[in-house]
Formats: sequence, C-alpha cells, structure tokens
Amino acid sequence: MYNKSFYNEILIDHNMNPIHKHDIENAVCKLDGVNPSCGDSLTLMLNIEDNIIKNGSFTGVGCAVSQASADIMLDLIIGKTVDEAKEITELFMKMIQGTATEEEIEQLEEAGALRDISHMPARVKCAVLSWRTLSEVLTKQLK
Amino acid sequence: MTNNNSFDAHREDFPIFSDLKDAYLDNAATSHKPYSVIEAEQTFYERYNSNPLRGFYPLSLEATNQVELARDKVRGFINAKSTKEIIFTKNATESINTAAFSFCTGNLKRGDKIVVAVTEHHSNMLPWRSAAKLIGADIEYLKCNNEGEFTAEEINRCIDERTKVVAVGIVSNVTGRTAPIDLIVQRAHQAGAVVFADGAQSVPHMKTDVQALDVDFLAFSGHKMLAAMGVGVLYGKEEILDKMPPFLTGGEMIDSVTLDEVTYAQLPSKFEAGTLNAAGIVSLGTAIDYYNSLDIEKIRQRELLLTKRAFEGLSAIPNVHIIGSSDHTDHAGILSFTVDGVHPHDVSEILSSDGICIRAGHHCAQPLLAHLGVYACSRASLMFYNTENEIDKFISSVSTIRQRMGYKDV
Ligand SMILES: Cc1ncc(COP(=O)(O)O)c(C=O)c1O
Repeated sequence: MYNKSFYNEILIDHNMNPIHKHDIENAVCKLDGVNPSCGDSLTLMLNIEDNIIKNGSFTGVGCAVSQASADIMLDLIIGKTVDEAKEITELFMKMIQGTATEEEIEQLEEAGALRDISHMPARVKCAVLSWRTLSEVLTKQLK
Repeated sequence: MTNNNSFDAHREDFPIFSDLKDAYLDNAATSHKPYSVIEAEQTFYERYNSNPLRGFYPLSLEATNQVELARDKVRGFINAKSTKEIIFTKNATESINTAAFSFCTGNLKRGDKIVVAVTEHHSNMLPWRSAAKLIGADIEYLKCNNEGEFTAEEINRCIDERTKVVAVGIVSNVTGRTAPIDLIVQRAHQAGAVVFADGAQSVPHMKTDVQALDVDFLAFSGHKMLAAMGVGVLYGKEEILDKMPPFLTGGEMIDSVTLDEVTYAQLPSKFEAGTLNAAGIVSLGTAIDYYNSLDIEKIRQRELLLTKRAFEGLSAIPNVHIIGSSDHTDHAGILSFTVDGVHPHDVSEILSSDGICIRAGHHCAQPLLAHLGVYACSRASLMFYNTENEIDKFISSVSTIRQRMGYKDV
C-alpha cells in the first residue's frame, strides 16, 4: 500500500527491542557521544579485560538509525579483541562512505542493513554516532 | 466567500511544481517563488545592473530607482508611514541583530531588562542575549502555557518598569500561534519599553499594519514570502531609528568622512552599509505585487482552510499529538506534532519516502521545546499553493508510520 522506506526488519527490530540498551554498573570505559546535527546523545559503556571486549551496552535517546546502529555494533564487537573491533569499525565507516566491497559488507553481518545510509547524507551522523564513540574509546581511553 | 479551488490554478504560477512531484509542506522554512519573481530578479541583472548608489549616470540612477520602488511597495505592504522606516538587510536574522545591538547600545544601561518570549526562534533570542551581556542588562523570559498562549497575567507580571525592550514573534514557528501583540504593546508602552516584533512567520500569511499594531520594530525575510533568498526587512519607527547608532559601518551609509570625523547618512541608508542585494530587493517588490494581486486576506482564508483539514486529519490519528493549541484556528498554517515512540527524524524519513517534505528536529527553538517538555518534533507548514490532495497524502502517510516502525497497533 505504501512506499518502501529504508527501515528494514533488522533495523526495526534492533530499534524496538534492543538487547544492549541498559546500564552496566562499574563499566571500565564510559563515554558520551553527541550528534551535533540534532543533539541526540548516547552513552557507551564497555568492560575490556585482557584486550577482549567482555561486555558492552548503551543508553540515550535517538532516532531508529542511531539506536539500531548502536545495538548492532555491540552485537558485533562483544567477545572480540580490541584490534578486531577496530577493524570492524573501519569496515563500517567504509560501508557508510560507500566504498566497501560486497565481501566487506558481508563481514559486517547485520550492520549491512545500514548500507543505504551511504546515499542518505542527512542520516550519516546518526548511523556513525555509536561507532565514532567506540573508536574514541578504543584509541584514546585505552592505554 | 472565497472560491477555494481558484487557488489551485495559482500553482501554475510556480515553475518548481512542473518538476516537483513531492508535496512540499516546509513553507515555514522557505516558500517557493512564482515566475514573475524569478523573472524580476533576472531582469534586474539584464537591464538595470549597476551599483544602486545613486550614481551619476542613467543606469545607476535606474538601479537606485528600482530599489526605491521596491522599498515603497514594502512600505505599503506593512502600512509604514515612510520609506525611511524600511531598511533592507539580508534576512530576518540580520534585521534582528541590527536592531538588538543598535537599539540596546544606544538606549540601555546596566541593570535594565529585556523581555524575550520563550517561544522565540533562536534568531529572535540570541541577539538580545548577546546585546544584554554586552551591556550588563538582564533577560527575562515571557512564558507561554502548554497551549503556546501568553496570558494577560504573565504579560503584566513579566513586563515591568525596568523593562526597556520586549522581543516577541507575532506567529511562533513551532506552535503557529499568534501572540496577543495588542496586550503586549499596551503593557510595554505603559512601562516605557519598545516592542520588537518578529514577523518572519506572520508577514507572509496575514495582513500586517505596523501603525495599527503600534509595534516599534518589525523584522521579516523575503524568502519566506515568495521572494529571493538574501533579502530581509527591518521596519522601525522613524523617531526611534533616527536616534539609534549605526550597526554595520562602511560604504554607502555616510554623509562625509574625514580622518577624525564621520557624519552618518540619513535613514534608511544609515543602516544599509555596503552594496545591497538590489536584484533580490526588486524580487521582493514583485512578490508583493503578486500578494496584492491575490489579496492577502483571501490567502489567509485559504491557508486556514488547509490548516483545518490537516489539523483534523492529524487529530484523528492515534498516538499522534499536535503541539500547542487544541483549536485549529490558532495554528495559522503551522502544525508541529509528535508520534509516540517514533523519533522525528524517522517520521520525516518515512514521509520523505512517500514524497512528502516536512521538517524535523528542534526548529531553532530549543528553549521553547524544553519549556513545553518536548524533545524534538516534526512540523508541516502550509502555503496557499498547497492542495487538499497534498494534505490528504500527508495524513495518510502519517497514519502508517507506527506500523512501519514495528508497532503492532491497528
Ligand atoms: C520566527 C522566525 N524568526 C526568524 C527566522 C529567521 O529567518 P532567516 O533565516 O530568514 O533569517 C525564522 C526562520 O526560520 C523564523 O521562523
């Protein structure tokens, strides 16, 4: 009846029923990210031990794109090493810039549901909010 | 009685609609331009182009003449007494900055009070805050209730003997509600304060008579009323403008300059430093001709009818909430709304996929949204050239949003 919007089932599901949207008490790494274009904000919490992301979560308010992106990201990186998480982040950024190959997008698993963002400049900041925040934690907060 | 359908024919006056199939409901951000306006701007460059600085050769005199003709049309459109009271700027924002800094530095002292309505667009709030800071004056906010209304008690409480300026928008760009300018002017003048009215959302949509309103200043933008981008107007009462220091200084706003002294030009040149956007100004004059040919009173009636249709449609959708008054006649073409559980950016994204252009976010009025307890919202804003079909398409799209975002309600 109505036109197809880019909100596919994966995005809708992660937005409506996020698995990782909650607080973690005693999170070792905690960082706030703000989307400067709309003021939406997100807090990312991670527990990293022996260079492995043991646990992670997020809180905040935002649009379906930013919320689903954060939830999918945490799905992907929990249990990974810091270096692996950095690699995934780089791939994600490549996909958003529209320069990732099909194989690379495949490696991103459910995050591939956000590939159309590369044609939607107004929503790029929403999609990358959690990933930028993650990248900042991994490169600056970890010594 | 207006023949409402006769307006549909005027859509053809706008070239963009021969290409654009989307329903454009973001008119509060900027309006479209009719052929006549676009041609007027082009004609200026083709036939009159020269610096409109009262030059010594016929072409420059003609350019000056074109600007002055437009100035007189603007004067007539808002019923100002004199063309000395019509200052051209680049937009409403520049008009407000000009008045705020010039009036405040010339007339206020530490401890004086500036009243700013909480409903204001950032453009009619931040310049007053900056000017207040510079001078050491205080800011107090005139608060509206949940329906976006200013009560007489609040007006009387807020505006007191210490108040020197009251800055208020005639129509809010979020709630669409018209402020009780008569009450505010009466109270302000009684207290010895001037009233600065932001007409950015009112001048394009309703008859404006600055003498009847008795406001001391009025600002508006040409681009929201069918004219080119890059032209704004600052109206001020002559006796007040006359005593104010210039805001921007430089070329074309002086009588004489020596190394030690400067004598500023008379009004309105004193406030028009540098080369004006003459072609844009001419386009504003042509836009006013267009308004006059349609009759702004009929335009208003048409827009109120479209508003009613949109208001009733939105009100009937479960989980959709209109911000501001529960009476559609208070909305003057602007309907801001929220959809439970769906972020405004997702609302606009879905509408966009259905070919409907609306605005989402904080609408440059963050303090107002915070005051109303709304995080962000979506806004549809109408213009006489919108059609009932477009409204229906918009309503039917909004009614599918929750379902498309995964909610199971029917
Ligand atoms: C009420 C109000 N005031 C001021 C402005 C600023 O207009 P401009 O951007 O043309 O300066 C706007 C524009 O959105 C507005 O809605």
